[in-house]
Amino acid sequence: MTPVVDLQRVSVRYGSQLALRDVSATFPSGAVGLLGPNGAGKSTMIKALLGLLAPDTGEMRVLGLDVRRSPLQIRGRIGYMPENDAHIPRMNAVTFVAYCGELCGLPPADAMQRAHEVLYYVGLGEARYRNIEQYSTGMKQRIKLAQALVHDPSLLFLDEPTNGMDPKGRDEMLELIRDIAHNKQINLILSSHLLPDVEYTCDHVVVLDKGGIAAAGPIATLKGPGGRVFELRVKGVADQFLAAMRGAGLECHTTDDDVMRVFVPDERGPRYLFTLAAQHKVQVRHLRASVPTLEDVFAKAVGEP
Amino acid sequence: MPIHDQGYRHYQGTRAPHGGAWWIIARSHMATLLLYRWFQILLLVSFAPFVVRAVQIYFASTNAQVAEFLATTPDTFRDFLSQQRLSVFLVVIMQSGLIADDRRTNALQLYLSKPLTRVEYVLGKLVPPLVFVLGVTLLPAVLLLILQIVFSGSLAFLRANLFLLPAITLFSLAQALLSACAILALSSLSNSRRFVAVMYAGIIFFTAAMYQVLRGITSSRRWAVISPGEMLDVIANAIFRARGEPAVPVYVAVIVLLAIVGVALVILERRIRAVEVVA
Repeated sequence: MTPVVDLQRVSVRYGSQLALRDVSATFPSGAVGLLGPNGAGKSTMIKALLGLLAPDTGEMRVLGLDVRRSPLQIRGRIGYMPENDAHIPRMNAVTFVAYCGELCGLPPADAMQRAHEVLYYVGLGEARYRNIEQYSTGMKQRIKLAQALVHDPSLLFLDEPTNGMDPKGRDEMLELIRDIAHNKQINLILSSHLLPDVEYTCDHVVVLDKGGIAAAGPIATLKGPGGRVFELRVKGVADQFLAAMRGAGLECHTTDDDVMRVFVPDERGPRYLFTLAAQHKVQVRHLRASVPTLEDVFAKAVGEP
Repeated sequence: MPIHDQGYRHYQGTRAPHGGAWWIIARSHMATLLLYRWFQILLLVSFAPFVVRAVQIYFASTNAQVAEFLATTPDTFRDFLSQQRLSVFLVVIMQSGLIADDRRTNALQLYLSKPLTRVEYVLGKLVPPLVFVLGVTLLPAVLLLILQIVFSGSLAFLRANLFLLPAITLFSLAQALLSACAILALSSLSNSRRFVAVMYAGIIFFTAAMYQVLRGITSSRRWAVISPGEMLDVIANAIFRARGEPAVPVYVAVIVLLAIVGVALVILERRIRAVEVVA
């Protein structure tokens, strides 16, 4: 299958700062999360893919088109929801969204009709005649999504779409994004530093760190082989027990509050932890199972303990 | 089955080819501006000199006694365009937010993420001040010329002054282009439309005042080069074949005005970017 986005050895420099260094990655169709801590280069990558930033080296293709040669054709087929607050001043929502549709080539009547439809879809139907400058932060996020959707793009770039939203609004936005990706057949790239957002909405993930690719692939694969992660607290010499578990081939690390996270393969099971504890004369005070999360993948990819 | 599906639907219609976005931007801005009461009042008031001149032309064409001291000449049109200088200033200054507002609301990255080029964006923003300035200069001046023909009932005046229509058009275009480029460049330098308006007014009035001061001190009119208004006067006098020694040679005035337009375009080229790179 042709990748939606393909980067080959792309480097982008801001003055003396290298924001993306020799990045090669492919984004398959569907929903792909672009993960990374602040300053990892996520927004830079999106802006380079939009043709807003010229890379110093490398080749980029979006929807099979070369970014350098066909930026307008690409921008006509993608929707971009920027990270920060952005709107056209002195317009109400429906005029603004219709205007964005016209800028993308839609005839005025079609743009207006789609503006109404899209505003209903994102949950702003009742507020569509209000001036955008009176909107709350959550509503401004929705209107940015609406303007990115109005021309029915083949690919959506969503840059931190849940920024500044309250929990309810955030959940609704994530539902929308999930619906767009899984039911409306629109490819999307979701840039975020919020792991649960990416895990909930995306099937694939690309982890960026310090301007380079730290990990990439389907989330299920990256989470690793069958097995479970256990949170474990013991009474006794914890360091020795930790060393013993590592010696037994278990992957484990400690957290700030004396809790150890231990990955136990399916064939061993939790009883093995008790056996090991008994052998080393430590008492298990707390054992709780949890499934591997994207947080584990992310921590591993960026080298966090 | 619902009569109207309020969910998301894929678009099946046609899309316009790239290249027309500048007109969408220009049209939207002009429509927004025309909704403002103050702007409507300004446009109406800017036609007051036109009414006065129309009355003058009527009496000069129909009354021989009036024609003796108020005869219609090419200077009538040149003076009319000079009188419109204040209207031009006000019309331009009301568009100080052309780019500043977009910068304030981060709209630039929205525009430039759409299928349009930076040139289209600038063109779309350049058209409204051009149209409105021509609307208070070229349009009434041409209407006055038509009224002169209608009131006098002959083409004699036009035949005797064939250069007049091209002169009106050329001077109006020069004034509109200079004003539009200047306000657009200044607007791209700030996020505040008020600050842009103050800068524009400051440049116009400060340079004119400086010229008068330097002229008084040095008794030389060559200092006119620092004042865009004076340069426009030199060009107007040349275009309308007015008598008198110009402050500076016409080619100098043309170079100065072209330089201002050039600097404005360079500023726009550097400032109209979706991503501001701070090295």
